[in-house]
Amino acid sequence: MTAGQMLLDAAANAGYQGMMTRSLGPQIRGGEAAAFLRLSAHEVACPGDGVDILISFDWASTQRFSAEIELGPDSLVLFDPAAGAAPEMILNTGARMVDLPFKALLDDIEGGRPNMLGLGVLAGLIGLPENAVLAIVERALKRKGPKALEASSAGIRAGFEASAAMPATCRLGAGEKGARRWNISGNEAVGLGALRGGIRFVAAYPITPATEILEWLAPNLEHLGGELVQAEDELASINMAIGGSFGGIPTLTATSGPGLALMLESIGLSVASETPVVVVNVQRGGPSTGIPTKSEQSDLNIALYGLHGDAPHIVTAANSVSDCAFTAQWSVYLAEALQSAAIVLTDQLLGQTRAVVDEPANSGHVAARETAPAGLQDYRRYAVTESGVSPMAIPGTAGGEYVADGLEHSPIGRPSSQAEDHLAQLEKRQRKLDQFDYGDHWADIEGDGDTAVITWGSCTGPVHEACDRAREAGIGVRMVSLRLLAPMQTVKFAKAIKGVKRVLVVEQSHSQQFYRYVRAHFDLPKKVKVCARPGPLPVRPADIYEQIVNWS
Amino acid sequence: MQAQEARTPALLPKDYKSDYKPIWCPGCGDYSVLSSITRALSELGVKRENAAVISGIGCSSRIPAYTSLYGFHGVHGRALALATGLKIARPDLTVLVTGGDGDGFSIGGNHFLHACRRNADLTYVVMDNQVYGMTKGQASPTTASQWEGSKLTPHGTGVSPFQPMAVALAAGANFLARGISSDPKGVAQLIVEAVRHPGFSFVQVLSQCVTYRPEQQEWRTIARPSHKEPTSNIARAGRRILDDDGFTTGIFYVGNRPAYLAPEETDKIVSDIEQRFMI
Repeated sequence: MTAGQMLLDAAANAGYQGMMTRSLGPQIRGGEAAAFLRLSAHEVACPGDGVDILISFDWASTQRFSAEIELGPDSLVLFDPAAGAAPEMILNTGARMVDLPFKALLDDIEGGRPNMLGLGVLAGLIGLPENAVLAIVERALKRKGPKALEASSAGIRAGFEASAAMPATCRLGAGEKGARRWNISGNEAVGLGALRGGIRFVAAYPITPATEILEWLAPNLEHLGGELVQAEDELASINMAIGGSFGGIPTLTATSGPGLALMLESIGLSVASETPVVVVNVQRGGPSTGIPTKSEQSDLNIALYGLHGDAPHIVTAANSVSDCAFTAQWSVYLAEALQSAAIVLTDQLLGQTRAVVDEPANSGHVAARETAPAGLQDYRRYAVTESGVSPMAIPGTAGGEYVADGLEHSPIGRPSSQAEDHLAQLEKRQRKLDQFDYGDHWADIEGDGDTAVITWGSCTGPVHEACDRAREAGIGVRMVSLRLLAPMQTVKFAKAIKGVKRVLVVEQSHSQQFYRYVRAHFDLPKKVKVCARPGPLPVRPADIYEQIVNWS
Repeated sequence: MQAQEARTPALLPKDYKSDYKPIWCPGCGDYSVLSSITRALSELGVKRENAAVISGIGCSSRIPAYTSLYGFHGVHGRALALATGLKIARPDLTVLVTGGDGDGFSIGGNHFLHACRRNADLTYVVMDNQVYGMTKGQASPTTASQWEGSKLTPHGTGVSPFQPMAVALAAGANFLARGISSDPKGVAQLIVEAVRHPGFSFVQVLSQCVTYRPEQQEWRTIARPSHKEPTSNIARAGRRILDDDGFTTGIFYVGNRPAYLAPEETDKIVSDIEQRFMI
């Protein structure tokens, strides 16, 4: 992991873009871990199709990830012959096996470590300048003293030397320096988007793979005069967030599937009491505890349909690492403007991937809740307005005293079981979501043609890349990636797929959750294919390309 | 010399009441607790707009609507979490939490423990009637184990009753008191002290349920005020609580733990924070 991170940082400094996804075993500390890097002189939207170079530090660990490591005849596999013979399953891929005698090469280097040697070899093979790598290592190891730094630097130099004798493999083209590039993970980007949108209070309970959002937010909220509370459980998290928001402060909680399940009752409270709140769900494999460290898009149903009663709310989804910043910021704006709950879906792949990307622009969306001024007479908190949004009095505002309630209520906020009040409030809460102008942000639409690929979330990266390849091959294809999942933008969506004859739906769930949701709203063209696969294996561009090209 | 602050005329207890008629049964102890709360607010001189009453679900959790303050009537069991969020986000407000024994000690039991631990500056008034009234008379966590009055537990619960004061003390509450609804002035005074004391203050009020526990009307004859001074010694408070039959009223414990406080310094803006992502 450390070496992977350094390689990404060195590439970033040399003007390249890229990303590092990680795959871990269930161990608390140590245990097997795999770092997957993809580097390029251009934008990298997703993990690639196959592996060009694999370094195996030990076969037992490597084998645990074999399903995630796509090797072929063009792949190089570097390994230490002293670690024993390569397993059949690796040899059967036809990959070229290259000796990398860690032990022998590190013999003369006091304190030399295999991962630094590996880093040097990799950097040498793909053509990263040695100085760029050494500079990163120096920065990273400054605090560990000159001895540790010398050992690592020597290991890296030995790696570069060893790489010169190895077979040629893919090399990076010229990097482009100068652009404003960031090195950021999806989870950090969510945190940043939240702050940009105006979130100043967060309550949450640790859960994989969402915890990094909280770890990033805790100190940074403090810098801004805000606060993060580690709650006793998710039931408390969501209620603390709603309580803070009732106090007039934009609030957020972040969790993963099991935590979202616990929060549902109170997300309904946010909807019924019209108290804005943002809930980020970093999806992982489910159901139940599922696969906590790996990605899946199978919480779509619960996010859309999990609330009891008729509870219209907002569901958004980030579709790239850098879009995590935009979607989180926009969702804060929506929740606050609409005085409702916004569930923001990302997933383990987006959240825990570290990417080198162009600076995610600040969209300018900022929490702007419609509040009631002081000195009101006969204030009606839940006044039935044309827009459906009614001004909210914030505690401290004289004349605005009201009781927020999960019970159905009359316009002044008194509990009511009258049919008339129920209908008026149901329609008000639906209307404010339906009438709002979401602009062009509801989806990312690219390209044109007879074929449309409809997708969402982290599948957007591989779909985007597959569509690019199809266009290069002369096939017209349109990509529609939905950022606003609820309320569904039926008119805009119909327009976006107008004239399309074939539709491919791509998602990472076993039960075709997304396809069924889209289908419930539209009569899709007759020719529909669904590429729905569960996690944890990533959806690869080549698989989607294949489906676009071979339409049968 | 500081300029004299313009004083608003003092509000009377009735100014803190709404004109909304409670759903409670005639003779319910909660009427009296509502009066104690408004009396305490009047004595404290809190401005209506600067106080909030937070509750969950149950008979006594209806209180926010019967006040003229800001309020939140949330979901069952989560009042303390709602209130904690509000208080930490808005430390300038006076935040009261009201509810019953089922809401606070059963479905909300975990939040009770952690609210005591966290010690945010809240005052939690629990109207304990040892029964679920709103769902028509089931055993609650504080019901005696042999009580056979519910169809749900025809042979009694067979479970030891929850000891709210002992649990609160062990969990770290900073102020512990018990009152009884038949003594509204006494309860009002306990609430005044509880609000004034920093940190998490817990006031258990024995509040009779005339409908499902008519025998509780005898409580007024059993309860008696403590003649001991409140202690800040946790071991002494523990002994007093554990030795008691649950009918002694008064202040049992006054701790000196500092209240949970959020840091208030602001030393950056968002664009400063972004710098660290730049390559």
